[in-house]
Amino acid sequence: MENSQIVLKMENISKSFPGVKALDEVSISIKPGRVHALMGENGAGKSTLMKCAFGLYHPDQGTISMYGETVHFTCARDAMDHGISMIHQELHPVKTRNVMENIWIGRIPHRKAMGMKWVNERKMYEDTRALFQELGIDINPRTMVGELSVSHCQLLEIARAVSYNAKVIIMDEPTSSLTETEAELLFHIIRKLTAQGVAIIYISHKIEEILKISDEVIIMRDGRLIGSWPASELTMETIVNRMVGREMTQRFPEKKHQPGKEHLVVQNFTSANPSSFQNITFTLRKGEILGIGGLVGAQRTELMESIFGLRPIAAGTININGKEVRIKSSKDAIRHGLALLTEERRATGIIPMLSVMENMVLSKQSADTRHYTSGRLFLRDKIRRADAQRYVKSFSIKTPGIKTLIRNLSGGNQQKVLLGRWMLLEPDILILDEPTRGIDVGAKYEIYCLMEEMAQAGKSVIMISSEMPELMGMSDRVMVMCEGHLSGILEGEDITDRKIMYLASTYEIA
Amino acid sequence: MNIKSLDIKNFNIKKFLMNYALYIIMLLMIIIIACISPKFLSLRVLRDILTQSSTRILVALGCMFIIVSGSADLSGGRVVGLTAVVAGSLAQQATYYNKFWPNLPELPVIVPILAAMLVGLGIGAINGYTVAKLKVPAFLATLGTQMIAFGVNCLYFNKAPNNSQPLGGFLKSFSEVGTGSMFGIPYLIIIAVGAAVIVWIFQTKTCLGKEIFAVGGNAEAARVSGINVFKTLMITFMIAGSLYGLAGCLEATRTGSASSSYGLAYELDAIASCIVGGCSASGGVGSVPGVVMGVLIFNVINYGLTFIGLSSYWQYVVKGLIIIVAIAVDVRKYSSNH
Repeated sequence: MENSQIVLKMENISKSFPGVKALDEVSISIKPGRVHALMGENGAGKSTLMKCAFGLYHPDQGTISMYGETVHFTCARDAMDHGISMIHQELHPVKTRNVMENIWIGRIPHRKAMGMKWVNERKMYEDTRALFQELGIDINPRTMVGELSVSHCQLLEIARAVSYNAKVIIMDEPTSSLTETEAELLFHIIRKLTAQGVAIIYISHKIEEILKISDEVIIMRDGRLIGSWPASELTMETIVNRMVGREMTQRFPEKKHQPGKEHLVVQNFTSANPSSFQNITFTLRKGEILGIGGLVGAQRTELMESIFGLRPIAAGTININGKEVRIKSSKDAIRHGLALLTEERRATGIIPMLSVMENMVLSKQSADTRHYTSGRLFLRDKIRRADAQRYVKSFSIKTPGIKTLIRNLSGGNQQKVLLGRWMLLEPDILILDEPTRGIDVGAKYEIYCLMEEMAQAGKSVIMISSEMPELMGMSDRVMVMCEGHLSGILEGEDITDRKIMYLASTYEIA
Repeated sequence: MNIKSLDIKNFNIKKFLMNYALYIIMLLMIIIIACISPKFLSLRVLRDILTQSSTRILVALGCMFIIVSGSADLSGGRVVGLTAVVAGSLAQQATYYNKFWPNLPELPVIVPILAAMLVGLGIGAINGYTVAKLKVPAFLATLGTQMIAFGVNCLYFNKAPNNSQPLGGFLKSFSEVGTGSMFGIPYLIIIAVGAAVIVWIFQTKTCLGKEIFAVGGNAEAARVSGINVFKTLMITFMIAGSLYGLAGCLEATRTGSASSSYGLAYELDAIASCIVGGCSASGGVGSVPGVVMGVLIFNVINYGLTFIGLSSYWQYVVKGLIIIVAIAVDVRKYSSNH
């Protein structure tokens, strides 16, 4: 490969953090006008590598060059000045400012006078309008970012990355909260950019998406480069195999559980918030996995949180095992055997600065303190340790020990700790909200297996998921919601991606 | 359709009440006080309240910068004390019997003012460096500097021949700043209004002003957008420091005296005014008109309660209540947007 054809070259990059070698002599070459997918399980080192390329981390060893010239990035600004921009995975915008300021912050259009830079408000507005028009994004530049939906925030990040007129754009999971249409819009933007000679580095866990959009696939595992292949030579299976380094014959465990009689009946559930869900009726059978499909904004999370007593309802009843129950708070819900694994693992799940054990026993400790004191005055560490150890073992949670801080675990393992937290309460009905979001393929499979085990043990599972294969692969039935309405329940042969998509985008009022 | 339009109407009233809660509280207070004592509604009272508020407004404006940038600053009050003494010590008449610097000639009035602002700026720089570079939590860093400022102030103030005597005998030009007026408007009010306007323009019309909001709203986002967060925070603390310095100097001119006990707890009042005036304690939100209103509310209470003959201790009870109500309303304002 000639050097002139390479925009960005990273050679023998190594980077260590205390206790972990995050990158081990990784070399990649990025060519103009092509989409390079960067793949690997969580913890494979993709984000670390990209943060090195963007000047946020400084590699311990190795060189970065652009157009054959060695460069040293000391901060994000350096990288941007060299023509690299990045869509950050976990970056939230400045919510308290409007859209256009978020796009141009750090380089706001201005006039110089009296030694100060004065904001040119009109130019900022016009530039933003022009940028959005070119990209086909429909957002008012003066809207407060705090009022935007998650997917619009992501579109905003995309527009911002594009606005730098960069030669290389790094996209770290750009579609994680986009709807299908919006993802299509992103692909359209990517094609436009590559036609202009921009190089794209695309990090994603969604293999279908990768095969669709990328020219080249770079695969990493455990901080090392496994290799780089043209996308046309790869299939879903080969990618998965190379990522996990083991043969994965199937992505979902075999269905062995048998749904039984009616377990949970939800009738005429209507939110107290008029723009949320309306008149939802469904049943969940014992030992069943019920998938909940829908687009962003379908109010699935709101519905489940209301069933769990976290949000107020205007009308509706809940029956468990044929008896009507009143759930006014999460405490009531737990008492009736419900468990809810929330969508935002970091925001509403883990307590980062506490250990795996403290995180695991958290709920049980307050629900059943006596279990942990066993008649004495204080909590007994022995019992807490035993409980934590049990689930670390049975869920095969990868952690140096139960005293390790949970924030040092990978996303998948954090999720398993949270599952363990709920399982300690011995619930009958588990509501899992996007249980595998942001989790790598291997850990996903393990979570699926745990769900299957629970169903076999007679527990009933509700799974909200935005991933079509997961809905189709795991669910006995799929209930689809659209804009707060129940648009249909699919069963057996009827569960196809086309039917789910159709129901997710339309509903009929009965 | 009917229900929907009614809904919008309800929502707007609620929103209106929430957005203007501050102004409504203020108006109600003025009405109540005026009912008890109609003389309250006079130009003289207005002028007194505004004059008393002037130095407080400067401290609160400084504090607002800090809060908007997502930090905290407890040093304001003690910096006011230190700079009042510094300015006072440089502005005494040559003939005054107990002169701080016995051999100092009479200086132009701008010298003590600039000296006070420079001292404030210096302490601001120390705050900024400690917070932004050494990564000491702002709350603790400024707790440290406020103690240092007080200590240094006492040492300076206790220097022979002064030996902790309150400073007096200021130059006419110096005390004129605090007591004089132009077209019937005291200089202090003009300075405070001028400072508020400049700060307001700086905050809303310059790149640096917007960057301070961005850093306070989400420092990480600002950093990856290429903003030098260290530099921004340094500047923020330095601006705040010089505003405290100006306030300290004016405090000396206003009272015609200065001692090391000046400025006690001003920082807490300033923080309260900012929060009541709509600044978000978590950073990224705040505006000059809100903060000025916050200061005025507290001073209307101070003045008004004494005016109607209530014990001045009541002001603490009322102030405390207002802080709690303001924040309770504020919390709901943000959650209703959700």
